[in-house]
Amino acid sequence: MVRHIQSVARAAALLRLLGGAGRPLALAELAAALDLPRPTAHGLLRTLREEGLVAQDAASGRYLLGDDLGRLGTPWDRHDLRARAMNWADALAAGTGCAVYLGVPAADGRGVDVVHHVFRPDGSPQQLRTNTVQPLHATAWGTCLLAFAPASVRAADPLERYTRRTVTDPVELARTLESTRRRGWAADPGGWEPGEGGLAVPVRSGGGLTVAALGVGAPAEELFTPDGRARPDPVQELYTAAGEIAAGLEGLV
Amino acid sequence: MSTAVPASERVVAAIDQGTTSTRCLLFTRSGRMVAVAQREHRQHFPAPGRAEHDATEIWRAVTRVVPAALRRAGLGPENVAALGIANQRETTVVWNRHTGVPLARAITWQDTRTDGIVSGLADTAGLYAEVSGLGPATYFAGPRLQWLLDHVPGARDGAERGDVLFGTMESWLIWNLTGGPDGGVHVTDVTNASRTMLMDLRTLEWSPQLCAALRVPPRMLPRIVPNAQVYGTCTGLLPGVPVAGALGDQQAALVGQTCFAPGEAKCTYGTGAFLLKNTGPRIASSAAGLIPTVGYLLGDRPVYALEGSIAMTGSLVQWFRDALGMISTAARIETLAMSVPDNGGCYVVPAFSGLYAPRWNPDARGVIVGLTSYIHRGHLARAVLEATAWQTREVLDAMNRDSGVGVTRLKVDGGMTANHLLMQCVADVLDLTVERPLGSEAVSLGAAYAAGLAVGYWPDPDVLRRNWHRAAAWEPVMEPGLREREHVNWRRAVERSIGWARSG
Ligand SMILES: Nc1ncnc2c1ncn2[C@@H]1O[C@H](COP(=O)(O)OP(=O)(O)O)[C@@H](O)[C@H]1O
Ligand SMILES: [Mg+2]
Repeated sequence: MVRHIQSVARAAALLRLLGGAGRPLALAELAAALDLPRPTAHGLLRTLREEGLVAQDAASGRYLLGDDLGRLGTPWDRHDLRARAMNWADALAAGTGCAVYLGVPAADGRGVDVVHHVFRPDGSPQQLRTNTVQPLHATAWGTCLLAFAPASVRAADPLERYTRRTVTDPVELARTLESTRRRGWAADPGGWEPGEGGLAVPVRSGGGLTVAALGVGAPAEELFTPDGRARPDPVQELYTAAGEIAAGLEGLV
Repeated sequence: MSTAVPASERVVAAIDQGTTSTRCLLFTRSGRMVAVAQREHRQHFPAPGRAEHDATEIWRAVTRVVPAALRRAGLGPENVAALGIANQRETTVVWNRHTGVPLARAITWQDTRTDGIVSGLADTAGLYAEVSGLGPATYFAGPRLQWLLDHVPGARDGAERGDVLFGTMESWLIWNLTGGPDGGVHVTDVTNASRTMLMDLRTLEWSPQLCAALRVPPRMLPRIVPNAQVYGTCTGLLPGVPVAGALGDQQAALVGQTCFAPGEAKCTYGTGAFLLKNTGPRIASSAAGLIPTVGYLLGDRPVYALEGSIAMTGSLVQWFRDALGMISTAARIETLAMSVPDNGGCYVVPAFSGLYAPRWNPDARGVIVGLTSYIHRGHLARAVLEATAWQTREVLDAMNRDSGVGVTRLKVDGGMTANHLLMQCVADVLDLTVERPLGSEAVSLGAAYAAGLAVGYWPDPDVLRRNWHRAAAWEPVMEPGLREREHVNWRRAVERSIGWARSG
């Protein structure tokens, strides 16, 4: 007989909660959210902390995802990622007519590192942006990592302004991340380069952890309707390509 | 990709029968890939210098990957307008036409067992060069066929009776696709035939003189056909679909990259690297160590190409991974190389089975020079990648010495173009812009283009040019003085590799 292990299920729920919060959570909040007695929640958190899967902020005593959890989700070598993604990134550029970016957390977690870049297929002069680091809060691929890989990145403080559309208010950013998580994709209406928009979706490994952000970039009016909503086609194509890339990651150690 | 193609849309299928794997890709009219399925086959190394493939296993791989690709795209054979084939060149197989069973394993292009036969041809080398454009080398198919006829029991008798057929991989696949023993079409395309040392490069026919010289019974030879033509119709697999295109993989990439004008060149970086330059109607001289070859025959007149063949590029990375265990995947060589700023004074010359173009020195062997206590794995990784760049430089210099149009920018494709550090290094060393097209699967795309042109899916080559889009470009940034110093060092390293096997 296969038994359901309640404490494992609870530990998983705690991790999900911490992963989704986007900020450190207090013991009381965690216990309340999962309807657990405080001593039970505390015991689970302490064990998870010993495993490195949960960390505790020294000053506030609040809990957040641990570094080892981030590592579980990023055993991917960046160049392996590019090799596996290349064909589908090309197909995505061909299908959408947009430039394609594949971003991973920068080594210090302070930006999104562009692992792969495919030119917009319109013959215009463009420069390869592979290995550039871009701001998390101002790009679609960065926002995507903030929303779906919160353990591996940290937004700048204060949030620097690059264009008139850059989100610089932490409260607004938190709201953006919340809605990004809800709908499953990230959008940038031109917060990094004026007029240049972006859309991005997470590329998830087998365990569901986000290993990279896959995005398309194009003049904002091509990605968004005049009332600011993302056009559905590129989002669909992004999901399809991210799924194909994720399938290709299986078997890679 | 399940959502990419509406069921009503027709696609062109391509089979890329490569050295390590067999793939099937599906393309739409815009040249966009919508599905891919791949299967590796076994590499047999029964003795030093010998490399074989099981042709039956490869045919089985084809029967798996074609339906798998269609399944992924949610399409059926009725959606396929035509099928094209690109193949590893010079790999040689003989089979029984009544049973469809190969008489022996196929001998691959990397196999050097014919060195005895080839050195015996030294006296008549001029004849081969004059008629076929090729100086005798273990690289080509003809000597391999002679070896099979002389060593496989029943091969020569069977060939003379008309029971045994010869082919390179595209012949073998087309024969099987169109019915095998039951009416299979026995053809080879001009580009593959141009690599046998048996074909007259001007008439594009088998040369009776060369066939006699290599003692090959003409009855066993396939009919030579253009690259875009309906050769026959698929029977079991893809019933009703015309088999309408075939090219050797390197020529397929030339077409896939739409290098249709004289002077246009591409380099495909895979197991080896092959730089081909379109020379138009002109057969270039092979004086500089390059090979004149058929580029493609799409209309009435052949377009020729000049080829620089480099034996070891991706295979050196594989050796670094498998034999030295320095990395666990080929792609991670870039990670390792990026851990250091330069090669630290270290150079690797991968003359594992001699040097190919432009030096053709069979006695050269690999060397690593410049080792000091300072050198660690990262420097070696850099030196491995730089070896590919410098070998490209030597081939390109030889090409520019040829009197034709000089190369002004280089289109690249193949598995190694995933490596951006390497591509930057190639741009730096060549002092040229290096461009990667959208869809680096130029080999498959070229096979699809040929088949699609034959059935009118695409009207003419000009339309295909509009499908070519730049996906990435690398500009040279290396300081000229440094480039010159590094070039000198590379040449000094190569000198140390030359003749090594002879002095042993
Ligand atoms: N990122 C990379 N960096 C360096 N070499 C690579 C990389 N990816 C693949 N390779 C090399 O490229 C070759 C595979 O490319 P491919 O075009 O499929 O070759 P082929 O058609 O000859 O089988 C292998 O030899 C592998 O070592
Ligand atoms: Mg290949």
